[in-house]
Amino acid sequence: MDYDLILRVYPFFLQAALVTVQLAVLSTVLGLACGALGAYARLSRMSVLRFIGAAYVSVIRGTPALIQLFILYFGGPQIGIQLDAFSAGVLGLGINIGAYMTETMRGAIIAVDKGQVEASRTLGMSGWQTMTRVVLPQAARLMIRPLGVNINAQIKGTALVAAISVVELTYTAQRYIGSTYKPFEMFLLAGLIYMVIIYVTGKGVSWIDRQVQIK
Amino acid sequence: MGLDFSVVPEYFDELLLGSLWTIAIMLASAVISFFGGILLAVIALYGPALVRYPFRAFSFVFMGTPLLLQLFLIYFGLIQIGIDLPAFVAGIIGLGLHFAVYNSDIIQAGIMAVDKGQHEGARTLGLSKLQTIRKIIVPQAVRTVIPPIGNNLVALLKDSALVSVIGVTELTLTSQLAISNTFRPFEFYVAAAVCYYVINLGLEYSLRRVESRIQVSR
Amino acid sequence: MTKEQPFIDVRHAQKKFGALEVLKDINLQVEKGQIVAIIGPSGSGKSTLLRAINDLDPLTSGEIWLEDKQVNKDLPHRQYEKHINTVRQEIGMVFQHFNLFPHLTVRQNITLAPKMLKDISDDEANQLVEEQLAKVGLSERIDFYPSQLSGGQKQRVAIARALAMKPKVMLFDEATSALDPELVEEVNLVMKSLAAEHMTMIIVTHEMTFAESVCDRVIFMDEGVVVEEGPPDVIFKNPQNERTKNFLRKHLNG
Repeated sequence: MDYDLILRVYPFFLQAALVTVQLAVLSTVLGLACGALGAYARLSRMSVLRFIGAAYVSVIRGTPALIQLFILYFGGPQIGIQLDAFSAGVLGLGINIGAYMTETMRGAIIAVDKGQVEASRTLGMSGWQTMTRVVLPQAARLMIRPLGVNINAQIKGTALVAAISVVELTYTAQRYIGSTYKPFEMFLLAGLIYMVIIYVTGKGVSWIDRQVQIK
Repeated sequence: MGLDFSVVPEYFDELLLGSLWTIAIMLASAVISFFGGILLAVIALYGPALVRYPFRAFSFVFMGTPLLLQLFLIYFGLIQIGIDLPAFVAGIIGLGLHFAVYNSDIIQAGIMAVDKGQHEGARTLGLSKLQTIRKIIVPQAVRTVIPPIGNNLVALLKDSALVSVIGVTELTLTSQLAISNTFRPFEFYVAAAVCYYVINLGLEYSLRRVESRIQVSR
Repeated sequence: MTKEQPFIDVRHAQKKFGALEVLKDINLQVEKGQIVAIIGPSGSGKSTLLRAINDLDPLTSGEIWLEDKQVNKDLPHRQYEKHINTVRQEIGMVFQHFNLFPHLTVRQNITLAPKMLKDISDDEANQLVEEQLAKVGLSERIDFYPSQLSGGQKQRVAIARALAMKPKVMLFDEATSALDPELVEEVNLVMKSLAAEHMTMIIVTHEMTFAESVCDRVIFMDEGVVVEEGPPDVIFKNPQNERTKNFLRKHLNG
């Protein structure tokens, strides 16, 4: 184990970690928005929306995230979308995780007991009122944990953008492996930072989960 | 520069071959991840503390870091310690180990969910602990966890695209080679996506068949 | 030493769970070919005693003997494992909840242990299955999975599975308690046919009429002790102990 080397390069890894965190946060926010829209579409009364929602989920979950990223970043200019690597990364990762979050959110909404809807409707509440006042507040509690699993996957998923040369953690590790020939040390350094990010995020998700549960 | 998909059929053979490589890599890593997952689960649950804790640490690290980073470690790490494996072998090992850890997590839960009476039933017949684990507990645990393991297999198929980054010539790298000849990234990445999508459909169909077939023996 | 050793000999069996004493100095001898019923209220320790006989619930102190072999020997772990697996092959056990292996067919359930432990050929295994299934009247279900059988059929397969090891004694732990009433009889019939073959059996049961009709001896347990024992007509018709009388009053009326 080359400790001197680790001490010499770790500031660069921390800098890269900042990029990783930015990627994770931005793409997660985008993913949550896509997920909410997707779930709305999949549960819509209109068959066109349902079809669009289902197609979104099926295509995104049926193909590799790496390919999606490549289509956006390398293929984008051909259809008039010119993005820098970081923006392409955020957009690609967000759209990707959004498809998984669609299913998470839809699952949580469906899991709310049907009796809740029936009870609300017999009280005279409209469909919209039932959804926003009764179903969604309950579904929101159910979806925190599974969304946490999605976010956990997304943090590791940010590594993909190394393939389009965004200078984040994995890209940095790869570069230093190439220049120092110390793959184990570089892996450990980057891996440790990933685990810290995931650990802190996990704690945060559990904290939110505890706050919203009915005591 | 507009879109022109007419160049894609010229590379039909290459894309087909790339798809076959992707399928082969997926199957080989699936085998490693399945049996590796069982092995890791049994060690994690029944192994002596001396091996249990290192294995848990190994699982912890593999679940907490990106696959791409792990691929770099295995590919360059093996070279560093003097084992110069072809990239595709390193890729298969990396994918296999990565998903073995995830499968192990699921299989452990499956093992713990097997009824205690099964243990007693086997032990009263005179089967040893190891025989009971091998013949009674693990086969049942595996049956109950086939659906989530199937989900991991679907994820494995898509993540196999990552091995192109360490230079394995599968579907993704094949499309990149076509792009370097034609300068048409959009067309060929979409073509690759279609191939992945079709392979994925086949995989999901097979998984459903397997699930319905084991239904009766649960 | 001159007297012949009993077939099964439970000596000073004591079992504690923490401060709770479930078995208090139990002594029980069973002769070869004898059929013994153990009855008593739930929590009396009757199942614990039965499960101690093949060391599934090890005793805190005391000895269990099967012929000239001590079952619950105090050995180093490895040797104990080897020893107990050999002994258990000679003690068949039938559980309340069957404990059939759901991932194996009826045939595989029955042949698994003989094949693994007795080294028999495929032909011998097939013959064994057919023989045992005929005994419990389920020959036509040989390639079914447990999930495709009724509760009564499952229990009959479980009995066949135990018999396939050619045990010297069979233990029944409330074998019919989990069954729907209309399925109890088919299992009872199988047990009766075993009785007719003079299989040594120890039966923990709630069914007094069944115990009365097949058993040579009845043991009434309560609060971890044997309160009273004797031939069925004495225990059921003319019990001496007050606790036995109370228990039977509640259970014979049903």
